[in-house]
Parts: sequence; structure tokens; C-alpha cells
Amino acid sequence: MSKQEFTITVYTENQIGLLNRIAIMFSRRKINVESLNTSPSEVEGIHRFTIVIHEIEEVVKKLVRQIEKQVEVLKAYYNNNEELIWQEMALYKVPTDEIAEKVKVERLLREFGARAVVIRKDYTVFETTGHREETDKLIKVLEPYGLIEFVRSARVAIIKASSGFHEKLREFEQHEPSEQVIENEFLDKQEEVFTM
Amino acid sequence: MQSTLSQPQTAALPTKTENISGSQAVLEALIAEGIKTIFGYPGGAIMPIYDALYDYRDKLDHILVRHEQGGIHAAQGYARTSGDVGVVFATSGPGATNLVTGLADAMIDSTPIVAITGQVFAHLLGTDAFQETDVINITTPVTKWNYQVTDATEIPSVLAKAFYIARSGRPGPVLIDITKNAQIQKFDYEGYLPCTHIRSYRPKPLVRKEYVEQAAKLINEAKKPFVIFGQGVILGKAEKEFLKFIEKAGIPTAWTILGMSAIPTNHPLAVGMLGMHGNYGPNVLTNECDVLIAIGMRFDDRVTGRLDKYAKQAKVIHFDIDPSEIDKNVKTTVPVWGDCKETLPLLTSLIEQKVYPQWLQRFREFEAEEKETCIHPEMNPETAILSMGEVIKVLNTLTNGDAIIVTDVGQHQMVACRYAQYNQSKSNVTSGGLGTMGFALPAAIGAKYGDPGRTVVAVIGDGGFQMTLQELGTIMQCGVDIKILILNNEFLGMVRQWQQLFNDRRYSFVDIQSPDFVMVAKGYGIAGQKVSERENLEQALQTMLDHNGTYLLEVMVGKENNVFPMVPQGCSVSEIRLK
Repeated sequence: MSKQEFTITVYTENQIGLLNRIAIMFSRRKINVESLNTSPSEVEGIHRFTIVIHEIEEVVKKLVRQIEKQVEVLKAYYNNNEELIWQEMALYKVPTDEIAEKVKVERLLREFGARAVVIRKDYTVFETTGHREETDKLIKVLEPYGLIEFVRSARVAIIKASSGFHEKLREFEQHEPSEQVIENEFLDKQEEVFTM
Repeated sequence: MQSTLSQPQTAALPTKTENISGSQAVLEALIAEGIKTIFGYPGGAIMPIYDALYDYRDKLDHILVRHEQGGIHAAQGYARTSGDVGVVFATSGPGATNLVTGLADAMIDSTPIVAITGQVFAHLLGTDAFQETDVINITTPVTKWNYQVTDATEIPSVLAKAFYIARSGRPGPVLIDITKNAQIQKFDYEGYLPCTHIRSYRPKPLVRKEYVEQAAKLINEAKKPFVIFGQGVILGKAEKEFLKFIEKAGIPTAWTILGMSAIPTNHPLAVGMLGMHGNYGPNVLTNECDVLIAIGMRFDDRVTGRLDKYAKQAKVIHFDIDPSEIDKNVKTTVPVWGDCKETLPLLTSLIEQKVYPQWLQRFREFEAEEKETCIHPEMNPETAILSMGEVIKVLNTLTNGDAIIVTDVGQHQMVACRYAQYNQSKSNVTSGGLGTMGFALPAAIGAKYGDPGRTVVAVIGDGGFQMTLQELGTIMQCGVDIKILILNNEFLGMVRQWQQLFNDRRYSFVDIQSPDFVMVAKGYGIAGQKVSERENLEQALQTMLDHNGTYLLEVMVGKENNVFPMVPQGCSVSEIRLK
């Protein structure tokens, strides 16, 4: 079993301190977090963490169970890249003079699906959205013209097979656990979304 | 001092709302949760709670400890013998950080604790105020849940949640940090409502029958089944259900160190303790059984030894309430996720009544060999110098196996757990997962409050005793009656044993000196004596047990005795050494 990229999606309550509680589960196991995003989810009041790590599946599976065990975590999933639609956004700040003179800006924008967010006399900010390789390519192109600043966002990802969290949350709000909530991987071998 | 298993109750709800302080709300919550004893130590940031406590002296017994670590270990001892939640109070800063060892211990040994810490005023948070420490972030990895309260109106619901989380599912420690302003703040109190549901927390999974059925099928088809169990049986209050299961199944049964005492040690199906210093048979035959049935245990590395050579031939059935334990260390054939109080009766109804005389005989053969090579020499030393094992043997005879035995960590712990006899559950209190030296003395104080009707014997080494001996002051003041049995080998014995076996006898900093323990006890008004001769041992132990009040007995034992059998680190359980 070799290491590969896994995206962990965690549905949580919106609670102070939970970010730390989740973050230390990675650092305790000396696992580097490649990217981490927290955002609202499809359900009001429920937070969604999207965490990318490079690990073997066995480790990820155990880790996800430990995450899900946390009191304020409703549900945690893990997926490989094939099971996801994902995007990252990047911003590039370049000197306007250089870029306007030496680069065919129009070609650049079209080829990389980039947008100019700000154009000032002294600098221009481009933005692209895509996978890592795509945002990386534009760095290569811009570097010779003096890339002043570069920043890339964390990954945000949608699980292809997921039907969202509304239904599950209704189950969670019931007092007694129902079969749907307690579905587990040992029983649901055919289900594509990993779930405990 | 009264031990009752408390169930949270709705406190006598006032018909009208009352205007009370946050501190009063804390104490009302404890009373509603059935708490009678608090272990604690006051300080600046928790003063409002202590001020309120002054008016609750008739309802809540507060034991003033000598160090917050002692407070939390006492709360742990209380939880372990009462089967309920232990409560500890500490102030901010150093008071709170002194709880960390106990929280870590309670976390790894699944002990239900509610720790309440004072905190600086909310407006001072993050300013490096006097005695401010970020206790929430410090304790996050060692608590099941923690929460900081900055507004008094939150107190009733947060404490209700704290108790619910601490005692439900797989129990564990919860820490609630309350800023001083919230303790002082008055608010309209509408009574206490116990928590019974948190939507993001599902402590009790629905039992899946098909899994129990698969487990029963494997058990019914097995030729050499073997049951191993842990503290889950005790925490689940499932001792009766467990006995019914093994007695119908007729399967040889071994315990982990924390599972010990859930069934009587002399039960006909009992084959002893698992693990590094456990019994010979259960370790070796783990690698010979065809179906391994693990109940409420977590396959700790001290139990499994080398994992890639652990029970590889066996089909593994794992009963646990915590889904993250399934497949964590040992790959499971059939997982039964659930509360064993519910799953075991289901299983028992599906299995055939059986006996395995030949298979059980295999365990008895190994036992005979262990007796001859290890146990007999330990019980009947050829020298005049006493051994730890013979002290425990005499103790067994005198207590009839009825005492609660609290142990510290090290050689004496392994010897006590190997040889102590138990007739009833919740009798063995020890720091298993964390291995906290200094645990026993304060834990024994708490253990006595948790089950006041029983004799509590704290078996402690000379090293561990010196880590928390300040709690003698607590004993002196609260007048609790415990029996302190120090097994003094004038060494940090377990480390010395490893240095002897694996580091060519390079005894690096293990020759620890001790004060005159009897005289130290005397300074606290505690009676005691020291013995080193065999002919005085029984009488001395009898005197200790008969003494009205706490008594300290120091027994000098062999300096370089080793604990055997032993599964050396990195070895498989079948490579267990008898000498």
C-alpha cells in the first residue's frame, strides 16, 4: 500500500477549539497537512473541514475514525482524488510594466483560464482556479517576469457520490440511533462513500 | 461517605427562577448529578466557587488534597471503585497544569472524570495575566471533551453535557474551565436539566444482530476458542452478562490488567492475565487458538507484543463500544460494535452450551510449568529475604480476596496484579495505559471514598511512593482509612530489571534512596511499622488490616528480584520467557 493523496471531509459543529482538536490528531501522528479549509456546509450551522494529506489508506482510515470520535464532529469521510471534484484558487501579483510589455496577456488569460482581478500602474493581480498542476503552470510562465507575490488557497472538494448532509443531520437529531446513522463500513462494502 | 451509583436527576426545579451565581450553579449541578465527594485545591481563580462551597458543606464533601495531581488521581480512584464520575477542582495556571498527568491517565484508561478549573477573568484571557494558562489547548489531547465557560448562563447546560459525555459510551475525562467573572456573575437559574442527547455525539451504537450472529457462528464452530477481556466489561457494568456468556460457551478466559477482577480470579474458566508480565498459558496459547474473542479491550502493545506475530492463525471477534478501536491494532474478522451489556446476552442466546476439556487442559499444563519455574520460587524463596510475591500471598489469605487493591507502577504492580485474588468486580485499581508512578496513594484515598465499606490496600513501590507522598497530609486531615503497603526493594525495580536483562547490568540511576517511611508517616500522625523478616510478615499484615485508621507497612524485599514471566519488548507473545 503506497502513499497517495486523500481528502478528508469533516462535518462539525461550529465550535471554538475544534480546529485545534482536529489539527493535533495529525501532528500527533507526524502527518503533514497539505491543505486545510474550513467553511460553512450545505446545512446552516454545520461546518465543513476539507483536509488534504499524503498517506497510506490504512492510516487515513484509522485517523478518520479518531476524528469522527470527537464529540463535536458529526461525520468524517475520506476519499481519493478519483472520488472527488475539487478546486484550488491561486493569486499572482506581477509588475504591470513587465507583463504588459513582454507577455501577450490575452493569450495568457485564455490559455490558463486566468482572470485579471486588479490592474494598477505598478502591479497586476491574476487569479486562476484549478488543480495544483494547473495553478503551478502559471507560476512557471509568470516567474520570468518577476512574480512579486503568489498565494494558493486550500483545496475545496465535493464528494461525487455524496447526497449531502441534510438527511444525515435529521437522523443525528433523533435521540435513538437509527440504522442509517450507524451504517458502517463492514456492512456497506458496496457503498462508494467511506462511512462508518 | 456514602457510595451510591448516581443517576442524573432533575434537581428540585424551583417553581420560579432564582437569581444565583455561576459558582452556585456549578454546585447545584454536582448535587443534581449525584456527586457527594469532590477532591480539590483552592486558588485565586477558583475562589468564588470555593466561597459558594462554604454554604454547601452539608451537601458536598470536599477533600482538600496536597497537590492537584493527587486530587485528580483520587477522583480516578473514586470513579474506578464507585463506577461513577470522579470530580476534581483546581485553580487556573499551575493548578490546572498539575491535572494534566491525571487527565492523560484517565483518558487512556477510560475513567469518567469531570475536572473543573478556575480561569482568570474573561477580559484578561490572552494577556499573560497572573496564573493564566491556556488550559483548554493544553488539555485538548488528554480530554474526551473540554470547554471554557465565560458566561454564567452557560454553566447548567455545559455541566450537564460534561457529565453526560464523561460517563456515556467509552467513558473519559472532561475538563470545564470557568472564568472568574462567570463564577461571580448572577443569573436567572431555571433549574438543572440533565443532558441525554448531543446530536454530534453517539455514544451507544445500535447493535447489529447480523454481526452477533456471525460471531456466534464462529464460536459454535471453533475447536480452540479463547476469550480475552478488558475493562469494557467493568465499565459497561456487564460482569453478570459476561459470566453467563463464558459459562455457557465453556471457553478459557484471560483478562487484561484493567479487566482484572471483573470475574473472580479463581473461576474455573479463568486462565490468568495477558501481557508482558501476564501468565504463561494465555500468552502462548493466543498464538494457538482458532477463534480469539476480545471483549472490551484495546489490544495494547503490552498485551499483544509483536503485532505481526500476534494471533495470526486465529479468527478475531472484537466487541467494543468504540468504533475507532476496531482494526486499530489487530485486524478483526467479525467486529461487534456496541455496549457489551447489550451484545453479550444476544451472543449468549445464540451459542451452544459447550466445554473444551482438552483445550482448557492445555492452559493448565502451561500453568503447571509456570508454577514450577516462576510462581513456586516467588512464593517460597530459598533465601531469608522476602519476595514481593509472598507478601501478596499472605495478604490474599488475610483479606480473603475481598479487599480493593490499588497499585502504583512497576515491579510491585506486576507482582500484585499477577498474584492478587479477587472475588468481586472493581477491586483492582491501577494505572494501566499511562503507567503513572505516584498514582496509588491518592487513588487509594479516592477508592475508599468510592466504596467506603471495603478495605483498601495501596500496594506501592519505594519509588512511586515518593512521587506523591505529600498526600499523607490529606489522609491525616480527612481521616480516611486506607492500608499502605510499601514493597521496598531499594531500587527503581522495573527499570533496574530491564537494565539487568537488556543493558548488561548497567544500573544507571536506579538506586534510589528513601527516607524512613515509618517515621515520615509518624510525622503525619499515621501509624506504621517496617518488617524484613518472614516470621513477622503475617502478623505485621494482620496488624495493618486490623488497625483502626490508616496504617503504613513497609516491607523490605529482595533488591534484585525480577518479575517473570516476561515477553521482552519486540518479541511475540509466544516467545514469553519464564526466567
